[in-house]
Amino acid sequence: MQATAPHEGIAAGNIANIENVMQEIADHKGCGTTGGSGKASCGSAAGQGDLPTEIWEKVKNHPCYSEEAHHHFARMHVAVAPACNIQCNYCNRKYDCANESRPGVVSEKLTPEQAAKKVLAVASTIPQMTVLGIAGPGDPLANPEKTFKTFELIAKTAPDIKLCLSTNGLALPDHVDTIAGFNVDHVTITINMVDPEIGAKIYPWVFWKHKRYTGVEAAKLLTDRQLQGLEMLTERGILCKVNSVMIPGVNDKHLVEVNKAVKSRGAFLHNIMPLISAPEHGTVFGLTGQRGPTAQELKALQDSCEGEMNMMRHCRQCRADAVGLLGEDRSAEFTTDKIMAMEVNYDIDSRKAYQAKVEDERVAKVAAKQEELETLAGEVSDIKLLVSVATKGSGLINEHFGHAKEFQVYELSTAGAKFVGHRRVDLYCQGGFGDEENLETVIRAINDCHAVFVAKIGGCPKADLQKAGIEPVDQFAHEFIEKSAIAWFKSYLEKVKSGEIEHVERGDAEIRQGALISAA
Amino acid sequence: MALKIIASQCTSCSACEPECPNVAITEKNGTFVINPKKCTECIGHFDSPQCTAVCPVDNTCVIDNSFPRYQPPA
Repeated sequence: MQATAPHEGIAAGNIANIENVMQEIADHKGCGTTGGSGKASCGSAAGQGDLPTEIWEKVKNHPCYSEEAHHHFARMHVAVAPACNIQCNYCNRKYDCANESRPGVVSEKLTPEQAAKKVLAVASTIPQMTVLGIAGPGDPLANPEKTFKTFELIAKTAPDIKLCLSTNGLALPDHVDTIAGFNVDHVTITINMVDPEIGAKIYPWVFWKHKRYTGVEAAKLLTDRQLQGLEMLTERGILCKVNSVMIPGVNDKHLVEVNKAVKSRGAFLHNIMPLISAPEHGTVFGLTGQRGPTAQELKALQDSCEGEMNMMRHCRQCRADAVGLLGEDRSAEFTTDKIMAMEVNYDIDSRKAYQAKVEDERVAKVAAKQEELETLAGEVSDIKLLVSVATKGSGLINEHFGHAKEFQVYELSTAGAKFVGHRRVDLYCQGGFGDEENLETVIRAINDCHAVFVAKIGGCPKADLQKAGIEPVDQFAHEFIEKSAIAWFKSYLEKVKSGEIEHVERGDAEIRQGALISAA
Repeated sequence: MALKIIASQCTSCSACEPECPNVAITEKNGTFVINPKKCTECIGHFDSPQCTAVCPVDNTCVIDNSFPRYQPPA
């Protein structure tokens, strides 16, 4: 039996407003950008930008729906939904490892009651945690009772937390009204194809209405249900993000078609992610040697879709039980044993106060960037290059090179600084001693960048980076990323103009496939 | 007869539990088990056993040969 919706009033309110919201979503082409080359990620440039207020309110504190918010706000996933109703060739349900960070992987299953307690415990400890998602490790809508029971409990005890879910879409049309009833205003659907012939290469089977379907028939069923579900959600004013896994040689070119199909059905944001595939994952793709895309291939596809709609580039492909800012995972602090022993004091006012402080920080950051951007006015140059940044969050260059678990990548041009992605790296520095092999991994991961901005860096890696043609920049330690990047770019252009340096294109970079070494 | 779940293969994902028309599947010690007294191989309910059809790991919900095959009531 399905849980009943507790928020009938809110749902009715949503429906009354649909036409307005739908019109605004339809009219809305960009996403708060002042950049000159296509659209920046959501809200990245000037906060609200040209977003309608209702939509801005929905995305501004949501790290997965707003690139800008992901520097400040945290999310958590609760693993209450272990069952799945389809099989994907990039997933192996037997695999479970705390050192691995990718979708579908989880260490501990929770009951809805445990999940609700965990949410309160995390929200009390991490006041910037604003979003609760259910993303598996199976499919939330293949476990509708557990998923909706969890939403019901959290809506009662922590009403300020935004609820969202991520689904493969097969069961979605059956649950859209319940989703709307629970006031879930963000739904992510993973859509890897709209052509069943291609789908048959990604999905060996789906289970629907008491029957296992295979091949093209299965993929046809899945794509029909996904697109129907997407339409039903956007009709109700629920923001939809579409995730697509880029599988070179299988659906890479086809994802441009997927982008058009989901855009025309009202999707708000498209997130094209690289396939994560290695033999040790035990997935079909891992075992057949199917490779993932390179950084350049991924960026080229994202760029080609960007003219059509908002692209998400800050996805960290996190675990189904992840906790914290995107790019960090604090789930080990909140195991079931620990949370059940925790005294939880859910103080909504102190959470609000903290979030107001974050709001001030982000306004200051945007202002600093605007100011610096004005100094670029009048500069004319075709030069466009990438730089990487070591950051712990808050939009600051505040991480030591050797401690960085990932680097954020910005594209610089006379239009400004635009976030275009991130690269996971193994920890370079383990207790003060740099490991040469790991340094090579880091260099391969940011090999397409002209510079790397850090709070601090040792002499050895500095020299090695310079040898590889990547300039280590530590003069902007603890300053705002975008402001600093623009200032550096301005001086770079001046040096090129004066003939002091020659601008050369960089090569491609690697997207890391292996396990994340969990760091203290 | 009945089906059984090979415990070493079971991921404990619980997908089979709600699909069983006989409520023969329960969780025990971290994995799921089928009560052979209740299992009818889905005969009379569906075209194929539901646990096998929904299970994400091949060859995990299999016929248990230690029981005689299920005979539907005449």
